[in-house]
Amino acid sequence: MLIDDLPVLPVLLPLIAAPICLLLPNNRLPGIFASFVSGLAAILSAMLLAQVAGSGPADYDLGGWAAPLGIVYRVDMVGALVMTLVASMAAVTLPYAIKSIEQEITKSQTSAFFATFLICFSGLIGVVATGDAFNVFVFLEISSLSTYTLVAMGAKRDRRALTAAFTYLVLGTIGATFFVIGLGLLYQATGTLNMLDIHEQLVGQDNRVIRAAFAFIFTGFALKLAMFPLHQWLPNAYTFAPSSVTAFLASTATKVAIYSMLRFLFTVFGFQFGFMDVAFAFFLVLGMLGMFVGSLIAVFRDNVKMIFAYSSVAQIGYMLLALSFATPEGVAAALVYIVNHAVTKAALFMAIGAVVYSIGSPRISAFRGLAKRMPVTAGALIVGGLALVGVPMTAGFISKWLLIRAAFEATLPISSLFLVLFIVSTTLLAVAYVGRLVWEMTLQEPEGQVEVKPVPMSMMIPMLLVTFLTFYLGVNADGLVNLAEAAAQELLNTGLGTGGAF
Amino acid sequence: MLEFALERYNYWIVIALMMIGLYIVFSRGNLVKTLIGLNLFQTSVFIFYITVGKVVGGTAPILVGGHSEGGHGDDHSGGHGDEHGASHGETHHEAALSAEDAVAAAQGDLVNELSSETAGGGSLTGHESLHTNPDGTAGNSLFTGSAGEDIPDLITRSGAAEVPHTEGHGAEVALDTLYSNPLPHVLILTAIVVGVATTAVGLSLAVRIREAYGTVEEDDLEAIDNKTVLAEATA
Repeated sequence: MLIDDLPVLPVLLPLIAAPICLLLPNNRLPGIFASFVSGLAAILSAMLLAQVAGSGPADYDLGGWAAPLGIVYRVDMVGALVMTLVASMAAVTLPYAIKSIEQEITKSQTSAFFATFLICFSGLIGVVATGDAFNVFVFLEISSLSTYTLVAMGAKRDRRALTAAFTYLVLGTIGATFFVIGLGLLYQATGTLNMLDIHEQLVGQDNRVIRAAFAFIFTGFALKLAMFPLHQWLPNAYTFAPSSVTAFLASTATKVAIYSMLRFLFTVFGFQFGFMDVAFAFFLVLGMLGMFVGSLIAVFRDNVKMIFAYSSVAQIGYMLLALSFATPEGVAAALVYIVNHAVTKAALFMAIGAVVYSIGSPRISAFRGLAKRMPVTAGALIVGGLALVGVPMTAGFISKWLLIRAAFEATLPISSLFLVLFIVSTTLLAVAYVGRLVWEMTLQEPEGQVEVKPVPMSMMIPMLLVTFLTFYLGVNADGLVNLAEAAAQELLNTGLGTGGAF
Repeated sequence: MLEFALERYNYWIVIALMMIGLYIVFSRGNLVKTLIGLNLFQTSVFIFYITVGKVVGGTAPILVGGHSEGGHGDDHSGGHGDEHGASHGETHHEAALSAEDAVAAAQGDLVNELSSETAGGGSLTGHESLHTNPDGTAGNSLFTGSAGEDIPDLITRSGAAEVPHTEGHGAEVALDTLYSNPLPHVLILTAIVVGVATTAVGLSLAVRIREAYGTVEEDDLEAIDNKTVLAEATA
């Protein structure tokens, strides 16, 4: 019974909990309740992952209506992996948020904050769980709308959060509308909305309607996942959002958009579709540009949150590059990159949030001499930074290593060697911005006498947990890599038309 | 060529609205105007979906005759009925239908033609076996037969449907009547709800921005923000 409902429970749980959360008083209660719910959802998704890994994709017909007429939830390996990632990230950021938002948002918004957070969480999980193309749009908008609100809640500290949220809203809505236009064209061509069914109908079709649908859908996703040069909304939104929101968004929202992109590329369109090569070439070039420009801008920023926001733009470039190889190794590298980058960025933004909590500013001047003032937080930042660069023994090394290996094995329009050199040189830019921060933290003397508030345990423990995970995933990567490889293989099988729809 | 373009005039409306909307979003500095542009852009998508779901000569996807007479009649003809004399009561349905037929006549066989163009690439027919629903989830290609029919013929068809309507043989009528594809309508209802929610969030953000900055002009906001950045850098 419970096992049968597993694909739908992680979506429903936070969705039902959100209005309850709103009714709770504005004290610590909503946060504790939301953390409990997200923890439960994380356990359920982990159970689902175990089940899917053991016995294949899990299906759930909503309302008992079978596919293709009804809406189905279908969670395969890729879905279960990303779902577990999102749920665990929520389970660590929500307890962290309880204390961290105390200074960042108005007290009367506390229960609303956690309710919105839960809705966002539910939407992200929904995007991953559903097997219905229109449902993706609905869940994407559920999560996006709540994200705009969450970003805007940072206005107590800095009013620029409001303009950042507005820009995000306009661009996010344009992206979502592009996606809907594409879906409409796709529906016109196939007469169905079930992803696997669309795939079956599309086999052998290649005309302007479908090409237009493809272009609209992927432009929409590109806006949502902040693909260079459509990343304009991301840096400000990440910089001015409350710290816990930044940690959650940076580790989940763009990752879920990349997941949807993988889903539409390989499950819905598949390799028979003639336009794919063009798309892959686009992803390759834009991914490379994003890697370079994102890292370069990050070097020259003075707000540490902004530095790592631009670094996110660059990291998304690496993921796009990995999936543009269109080989099982490339997709597996992209999946590992998604997980490792999510963990790394969560650790970094949580540590930055701790500094904001204790010293009161995310500017680089506040980080001067941090190793003396807050040794543990500085340590977490250094580990996170090293992982971002890709130093061995950290998660980032595994993902970069897989990426480079996949680059050598793939047949690409440009020379693999050049690509690998490019990856290494953009990594040097990462060394520059991480190195600058580390230098300020360790070799500079603290400026002035500010009172350093001790970081509360409810923030310290989640932060150290993800920092440890960053380290652990670098040392013991076999489990994740095997999962990702199996997931990539499964995804590409459907893309090649050998997966079988029903 | 010209005819080809003119026949698809509703697609031109969609494209024009879409471009106007996007242009407003990017060119206007006032946040409220930006939101209006965004709305216009979304509206174009609604019209697009309605075009996709429209079956020439088809009626609203409601089981004709499946309902009892009297008060319920009003619900069905809803939006169309008003201009066509609401006092007619029983004839409501017919009035609504002929209004749709008029649209259909002007529209030609847009929807169907586009789908046959789509089918040119290969096997579109496959889904007919999958979607055995008589109402036609796929809509387009299922009704190609009706495309060439004359308007008077369609009216007699719907007139014929009116006879069992009073006798109440719901099921037989259902197979007999041509319906528009209901799915895009449902989808677009969802999208409208999303659009309303987006506008609400956007407007409330604009209100908050006005409270915090005292303006909703993008240029002024940018100037204020730049000043803040400069002040931060020199501090």
